[in-house]
Amino acid sequence: MTDSKKDYQKILASVQKPVKGEAGKTGTWSNLKPIIDLEKCIPAKSGKAACFSCWLYCPEAVVTRTIPPEIDFDYCKGCGICMEECPVNAITMEEVKTE
Amino acid sequence: MVNVMDVREEEFIYPGTRMCSGCAMALIYRIALKALGPKTIVTVPASCLTVLHGMQGFCTTKVSVLHTPFATTGASASGIVASLEEKGLADEICVVAFAGDGGTADIGIQALSGAVERGTNFIYACYDNEAYMNTGVQRSGSTPLGAFTATTPGGKIRPKKNMPKILEAHGIPYVATANGSYPLDLYEKFQKAREIKGSRYIHILSACPPGWGYDPKDTIKLGKLANDTGFWPLYEVINGKLIVSKDSKKYLDPSKRKPIEDYFKAQKRFNNISQDDIEVYRRYIDDLWNDFKRRIESQ
Amino acid sequence: MTQTENAEKEKNIKILTGNHAAAHAYMQARVGVISAYPITPQSPVVEKISEFIRDGKLKAKFLLVESEHSAAAACCAASATGSRVGTATSAHGLMLMYELLPWAAGTRLPIIINLATRACGAPWSIWDDHSDFIAARDVGWIQFMCEDNQEIYDTNFQAFKIAEDPRVYVPTIVAYDGYLLSHTLMPVQLENQEDIDAFLPPLNHHINLSDISQIKGVGSVTTPNIIKREEGTAPGYYEFRYALQKALENSIDVIKEVHDEYAEKFGRSYGNGLFKTYKTEDADTIIFAMGSVSAQTRTVIEKLRAEGLKIGLVTLRLFRPFPVKYLRDFFKGKKNIVVFDRAIGYGYEGVLCYELKAALYGLQDPPFIKGFIVGLGGRDVKGEHIIEGVHRALELSKKGEITYETEFLGLKLDELDFLD
Repeated sequence: MTDSKKDYQKILASVQKPVKGEAGKTGTWSNLKPIIDLEKCIPAKSGKAACFSCWLYCPEAVVTRTIPPEIDFDYCKGCGICMEECPVNAITMEEVKTE
Repeated sequence: MVNVMDVREEEFIYPGTRMCSGCAMALIYRIALKALGPKTIVTVPASCLTVLHGMQGFCTTKVSVLHTPFATTGASASGIVASLEEKGLADEICVVAFAGDGGTADIGIQALSGAVERGTNFIYACYDNEAYMNTGVQRSGSTPLGAFTATTPGGKIRPKKNMPKILEAHGIPYVATANGSYPLDLYEKFQKAREIKGSRYIHILSACPPGWGYDPKDTIKLGKLANDTGFWPLYEVINGKLIVSKDSKKYLDPSKRKPIEDYFKAQKRFNNISQDDIEVYRRYIDDLWNDFKRRIESQ
Repeated sequence: MTQTENAEKEKNIKILTGNHAAAHAYMQARVGVISAYPITPQSPVVEKISEFIRDGKLKAKFLLVESEHSAAAACCAASATGSRVGTATSAHGLMLMYELLPWAAGTRLPIIINLATRACGAPWSIWDDHSDFIAARDVGWIQFMCEDNQEIYDTNFQAFKIAEDPRVYVPTIVAYDGYLLSHTLMPVQLENQEDIDAFLPPLNHHINLSDISQIKGVGSVTTPNIIKREEGTAPGYYEFRYALQKALENSIDVIKEVHDEYAEKFGRSYGNGLFKTYKTEDADTIIFAMGSVSAQTRTVIEKLRAEGLKIGLVTLRLFRPFPVKYLRDFFKGKKNIVVFDRAIGYGYEGVLCYELKAALYGLQDPPFIKGFIVGLGGRDVKGEHIIEGVHRALELSKKGEITYETEFLGLKLDELDFLD
């Protein structure tokens, strides 16, 4: 049983430092993941920075605003918002096995 | 009007938070922090947002957050602002209070009212999922008429408390409504608010899949229905002047508004809403927009 | 060095009320943010502070909040942001702050509350007793009770220094009797600002959110268990509260150290910093009290001694942490202790009484202890009550009769016309 006069001085307020995946790999919450059809996806097809609705509407910040957009399956919860909001229906939710 | 390429690319929330799949608040907070930037300190009362920030030693944001007891958000923000003013840092660092509807309209209303009455230089953002969601969907003053909650299982018999109007009555320089389904509008409003001195209030409708009873993929669509039916208009009141936002302007014409039943049908919490209550909503929406029209004409 | 004349020292004595002594201390301690709400009998503290700020004597931000609950919350926030913070309140104001008391202690914020003590309703009372002071015990604050206005002034500086010490970081209450001290004029020696600055350096806060180069979340949900990740380990709630308790236990050393340093520098001491003694050298019967009760007792010690009693007084200054070791060492071998409490632990007995009994548990040949309740709701504590209590206690001690039924001195039940 520690009772050192020094130990306790290093424990002050409950202070947090930022980390990725605080809740773990939230990708495991759903086996459904968004798959982007690059032939339909507007920025992918045109090679220009445009649309990016999937990036804009993602609540989890797992989509990149790149050409084409990329989705981090380790953390994507499979909510399906990107699929719903894609103006050209380029996204489908498919069963993907995640670790 | 902001377009998608104007929105700051950098993320201020790390992925892998505990928020429900499809949570509008997670999107709202993500967009708001992008608009606010790194020189921001946030204070948060007991709420779902508390949990977004993570447990004990590990948090999820790139800005500092001060957690504070439920009723105290306005006071906590006041304290942070006072300390920054004392240190001469108040012009550099933006202080933002981010609370749910419970911590704003009910238990937190006194501290909020006091803070804005004192002209505290901060932004108060309320993300409104219309019940005490974090503790299991109990009713709040912001729960709309007829909605099911755990403490109003037969549907709420009182209407939704009009917080934006209450804040307008405090005579502060900026009051705005927003909606998680309109992230560009939200982004622009937070950007604007950041540049204004004094108390600024932004009330944001935040769709909640488990609390409202719908499929998470429909979060954006459902939030849009709240606007399209005229129930939750997007607007700003800047130094007392009403400006209806671009995404809501067309609904000044009642023929453009969708029937309020469309909104109710899309969520389980309104499954048992009565015809009488629906009629109350119709009158409420008409009165709201007529009031807007009168106001705009007399401005 | 005690209260002796120092020919070279420039005497700057002001006649001040207790409230104004506290306000002066806040000004000279360079408090950065004050967030307070007026309440009788504390209001003159905040009024005086407003004047100091208007006159440019105190460069603080003064938040005139809309309730004590918000005052305490704003203090917590301002402290966490990195400012030196103080507030003042009484009775129901402290009751309303109560939610934030464990919050401040758990966040280890060095906040100071000056408490002008006052009875808690119902029924409404604006008059003095110690019920608010004792109600705040056990949530993790250091608590001092002052006996005169000079002590209020001196204790405030010590309180900031103790609370801000890295071995401590615990919020602190500096209490003094409402009206009896808060509104009573007494001479107070004010010290030079340079000397105070040398004694009390600027705050070095362990949180300091204003430094945004360090991203921190403060006060998040903390589970029963430790969290281990590749990024590091985080203590659980249990470890945080263990640390708070250890900080309180070890603060006694810091309290004595700071008291002695202040005494050395400014020439005024208060016993050993934890309690004061009066005529106890040859005493076998000791009166144990704090604040106004102690002050009243001092006036009758001579009378009691003249009866042939070897009686002295111990005035408790530090209520939390309760200085168990020092009290045990002092009371070892004493025959009788008579405790006078200006507050009661309802359903049990006087708080000082039962706390002292617990502290002396297990002493070989323990002293006989008898407690009395006095002065609730501002009922005058008279010398004759103290004398009556001492006589009654000694009578019971002779018979070895231990009682638990509380005895209230100074009741006027016989003057009520509707009682039999």
